[in-house]
Amino acid sequence: MTEPTGIDRLRVRPYALTGGRVRSTTELALETIVILTDRGATHGEERGPERRNICRLCEEPISIIEISARLGLPLGVIRVLVGDMVTDGLLNTHRLDGTSAESGSRPDQRLLERVLHGLQTI
Amino acid sequence: MVFKRSERGRVDRPVPIPVKIVVAGGYAVGKTTFVGSISEIEPLTTEAALTSRSEGVDIAGDAAKSSTTVAMDFGRITLGDDLILYLFGTPGQDRFHFMWDDLIRGAIGAVVLVDTSRLEDCFPAVDYFESAGTPFVVAVNAFFGRMQHSLGDVREALAVSPSTPMVVTDARDREATKTTLLQLVQHALSVAAA
Repeated sequence: MTEPTGIDRLRVRPYALTGGRVRSTTELALETIVILTDRGATHGEERGPERRNICRLCEEPISIIEISARLGLPLGVIRVLVGDMVTDGLLNTHRLDGTSAESGSRPDQRLLERVLHGLQTI
Repeated sequence: MVFKRSERGRVDRPVPIPVKIVVAGGYAVGKTTFVGSISEIEPLTTEAALTSRSEGVDIAGDAAKSSTTVAMDFGRITLGDDLILYLFGTPGQDRFHFMWDDLIRGAIGAVVLVDTSRLEDCFPAVDYFESAGTPFVVAVNAFFGRMQHSLGDVREALAVSPSTPMVVTDARDREATKTTLLQLVQHALSVAAA
């Protein structure tokens, strides 16, 4: 591994955004995709700059890890913030196929076949 | 399809289904190049901290003690309207295993990239995915088509199961990367069907 990067200098401060918490009430996978809800579009602006930035990124579907990279904030911080925003109804994790975002189980055959087909046609 | 009603009675939009593949291997073996060759976005980097599940785990080594975050690269491939494939390039050293637990949860499987001149660099990744029961393929990265050892030699040196696919790839080449990913998904399918 290389020397600590610039982000290291921020390591303590970002967790001030989460009130020092390192875990969220919901356990979101790093690839979980979220999108702004109606409520988020209406009330998200009131929740401070970080949540406002998250709301703006979430106008289109975006994954937790991508939010982390685009805002330059550690994944752990984004997990807590986004988890809270999902709980508050500002963001939605509900998937098109109706499956849960928190299952964490390996894709089944049907999904794998769809991935296979999708990859073949890109 | 189930939609959730928002407070004003409008229907909140559902999100695409994310799937992921982990790309592991030794330092500078070409993981980011592999991800970047097929990703629709420039590979992004994020800092992953110790996950909540790994708190209290004692990580050996001074470097791990002085820094609890590691950089992780990722890319994205949209597969239709409702399916997005994420590729995660992750450091291959033993001391980053805490991160793999998180990464591999729910993953299709892993591509272990191998440089035949530094074969031993991929041992930790192979060991990890074998013990975790994760479907994986070993992909020898042959820059300019050059390989120092045959696939048979590599298989013998790694002592992987005969059922583990072993392929030659070129991390810089989109089609080669795509073929490697397809081989992994096919392997994952055969594992799922078994």
